[in-house]
Amino acid sequence: MSQADSAAETRDMKDTESPEGDKQPIAIQQLDLGSTGPILSEEQLVGDPRNIMVHAEPVIETRDLNIYYAQAKTIHGISLTVPRERITALIGPSGSGKSTLLRAFNRMNDVIPIAWNEGQVLFDGEDLYAAEVDPVEVRRRIGMVFQKPNPFPKSIFDNVAFGLRINRYKGNLADRVEEALRGAALWDEVKDRLKDNAYGLSGGQQQRLCIARALAVEPDVILMDEPASALDPIATGRIEELMQELKQNYTIIIVTHNMQQAARVADYTAFMNLGRLIEYGDTHKIFTGPDDERTEAYITGRFG
Amino acid sequence: MATSEAVASSAHFDPQPNKRRLRGQIFLWSCFAATSVGVVLLAILLVDIMRQGMGRLSLEFLGNYPSRFPERAGIRSALFGTMWVVAFTGLFSFPLGVGTAIYLEEYAPRNWLTRVIETNIANLAGVPSIVYGVLGLAVFVRAMSMGRSVLAGAATLALLILPIVIISSQEAIRAVPPSIREAGFGVGATKWQALQHLVLPIAFPGILTGMILALSRAIGETAPLIMIGALTFIAFTPNTPLDEFTVLPIQIFNWAARPQAGFHELAAAGIIVLLVALLSMNAAAIILRNRLRKEV
Repeated sequence: MSQADSAAETRDMKDTESPEGDKQPIAIQQLDLGSTGPILSEEQLVGDPRNIMVHAEPVIETRDLNIYYAQAKTIHGISLTVPRERITALIGPSGSGKSTLLRAFNRMNDVIPIAWNEGQVLFDGEDLYAAEVDPVEVRRRIGMVFQKPNPFPKSIFDNVAFGLRINRYKGNLADRVEEALRGAALWDEVKDRLKDNAYGLSGGQQQRLCIARALAVEPDVILMDEPASALDPIATGRIEELMQELKQNYTIIIVTHNMQQAARVADYTAFMNLGRLIEYGDTHKIFTGPDDERTEAYITGRFG
Repeated sequence: MATSEAVASSAHFDPQPNKRRLRGQIFLWSCFAATSVGVVLLAILLVDIMRQGMGRLSLEFLGNYPSRFPERAGIRSALFGTMWVVAFTGLFSFPLGVGTAIYLEEYAPRNWLTRVIETNIANLAGVPSIVYGVLGLAVFVRAMSMGRSVLAGAATLALLILPIVIISSQEAIRAVPPSIREAGFGVGATKWQALQHLVLPIAFPGILTGMILALSRAIGETAPLIMIGALTFIAFTPNTPLDEFTVLPIQIFNWAARPQAGFHELAAAGIIVLLVALLSMNAAAIILRNRLRKEV
């Protein structure tokens, strides 16, 4: 297949993707809300019971975490508690260390030879960096979705089945693949062409495939590193919708440059700058009445 | 007033656009001339070879053994010898080269020792082939008592192309996007699983292309094989890797060195066969690469 053909195919798929699903307009409304008025309306804030320490059980916790690349200290003494089955957003300007911190949660920094840590990262109370902990097992339990959709050059089915096969899944492979694809709200679009190459999917579908791939291996936590930054607003809306469904069963930590997105999807938001945690708390508090003036400057667009 | 100022300011420039464009044209034609020298010389060579050799090309030429009589001589033994040698060269250099490339790219610690090794591999690619011949003679023919066999020749040529295989395989592995690897780690793949199922399948077309191009270099090598004592006149085809052998370039050299015009025509015909073999290997590399890339 020539490149022109595959590009045309991708466009076709986008076209067929957008009209279906009656949830679509909601996503667009959410986008409008973000760009026109205040990020969250007052009505939404009133009576919101969310409170970080009172109502949620911690799943990931960092204690005085420092991360270095060779000699350069990129994360400075961060202590942070991530609550279970909630969405926590990490926001901050470029170079603030959001992605580095995120990658410390599933030991993805281990693959960078010069990166090293001080302090602790606890997962269900146990030190992720203890000598007896296997990083491979950590990454199955704490999955990751990346900035650019990165499906494998394999069929749609094999993309989802990959993690199951390498982890020697004992159940029915096809059932689990279907379950994961349904979980990522992709099943109906791909059920008739599971054998097709994943590269034929649109960008938004590819990213949901990556989410399905992460869901398949039954993680507890899903780390998302700017999962929608390469997607158009409609595809972004679907991913955000999906996150709301996923948080029934999973803890999600999302790094995002898009503050409206953090305000729309996250229960808790952490603002980082220059490798330090500046402020962390309830999303509506961060976006409506931050304690720190640097947070306020950032969310109102005065820097970053 | 604004206009007069603008006109006045143009007095500060002497643009001479035609002169500037002419310089560009001169440069263009100089580059074209440089290209033409190579193309024209190659064309002359090809035409000359074709004119001399086409008359000798026939099934008998491919099927006959060498002979004292030009009209009965053929390249059967050299053709088979080349095929034997190239097959074993591939067999030796593929696992060694690809294995080295994987180790250097994926496992070797990034320290001075690795850098020294990598620099030296690049340098080895530039060592004159006769030096490999001397090495092959000392190590394979004498020390390991392989004699003047296909095995010794293939081992020598494998060493010769090893740097090319290593470097092109390293490049193919490096070209696999890190995001694919990370995606694999993200679902709990071990390093070997990510390599086996993701990185190597994607790198394979590139590795194969480098391998074929390296073998097409081996096919044309003469000096190291003369050094290890490949024969110039041989009236049998090898039956085992331990048999003696000759190869196409040596046969061509042998014929070209004779005084009779008949043998010069044979040499030209041999060159055509060698060129066809080389071009088909390169074409195979390109087709293989394109086909496998499309599947990805």
